Amino acid sequence: MNRNPSNTDMTASRVEAVRNPVRAAFWRGARDGAPFLLVVTPFSLLFGVMAAESGLTLTQAMGFNFIVVAGASQFIAVSLMADDAPALVVMATALAVNLRMAMYSAALVPHLGAAPLWQRALIAYMNTDQTYTVSVLEYEKRPEMPLAEKVTYFVGAAAPVLAAWYAFALVGVLVGASIPPAFALDFALPITFVALITPMLRTLAHVAAAVTSIVVALSLTWVPSGLGLLIAAACAMVVGALFETWSERRR
Amino acid sequence: MIYSTIEIWVIILVIGAGTYLIRFSFLGLIGKRTMSPLVLRLLRYTPVAVIPGMVAPLVLWPAATGGQPDLARSAAALVALALGLATRNTLMAMAGGAVTLYSMLYLVG
Repeated sequence: MNRNPSNTDMTASRVEAVRNPVRAAFWRGARDGAPFLLVVTPFSLLFGVMAAESGLTLTQAMGFNFIVVAGASQFIAVSLMADDAPALVVMATALAVNLRMAMYSAALVPHLGAAPLWQRALIAYMNTDQTYTVSVLEYEKRPEMPLAEKVTYFVGAAAPVLAAWYAFALVGVLVGASIPPAFALDFALPITFVALITPMLRTLAHVAAAVTSIVVALSLTWVPSGLGLLIAAACAMVVGALFETWSERRR
Repeated sequence: MIYSTIEIWVIILVIGAGTYLIRFSFLGLIGKRTMSPLVLRLLRYTPVAVIPGMVAPLVLWPAATGGQPDLARSAAALVALALGLATRNTLMAMAGGAVTLYSMLYLVG
């Protein structure tokens, strides 16, 4: 009876989009967020492994994943804790790494600022490198999207990412010790970040910002960890904005 | 690890609460008010301003090799960079980086 399932699916999703566009936006978000599973899964697994190896209990490791929900800062916190750094240094450095999210938060204001407070509070919890990137891309592509759809799109994009973030950390803690170091899981993190960022180098201004970030960060390695990165990021943002202004004038 | 159970939970809760406040900051407190074009222009460069500076030391001085530059890891990062630029595809770049890392580790050790 159902000779052409793909065709039926398309029709079904089109009907859904007309009948309930808000729910359709959730699934569109989930579909666009799903590719990040390939990024988040090894990342989360790696965090679980690292947390267990540094001596955190299962509950503590999962506490990081549910309460902090920010990969890079969790890695930094746990590696500093493994080195017995003072608790204040651990907290300050992890928070410094997450300061970039203030900028994500600000970047969402033009798109989601008019949503009810409880929705903005929920979105704030889900605001990560991945969900921010994929959603802002979509909002810029389709500025006419109604607010309610923008909100469910964001939640949809976050759903697979967060589910994997919780689940695979658990797996990581449980299997931790049995993954041999030969797998070089330590390098999943840098490769993932390189792969995330290079497609964003669309203009000369983006390239200039990235180069500035690298040069300043490398020359400030003597600054307490985290702080050098903040200075590098601030310089790089200014350079990016200046290049943009400059290339507009030349046109 | 030298921390007591309570210290560990304080660390987790403080980082969690602080991170949430950072995420909530503009979206929660500014709400509908519009932001200046200059601020928006700066914000456009956030990801490319933060991530390269965070990754560069990890690539040049990997913790797994005690901070010594490592051929396999540098090559993997270079391949990921080149593929990311050429294909504009994150998954392709990740796959290329992973394949390079494992083949180099297998060949060079």
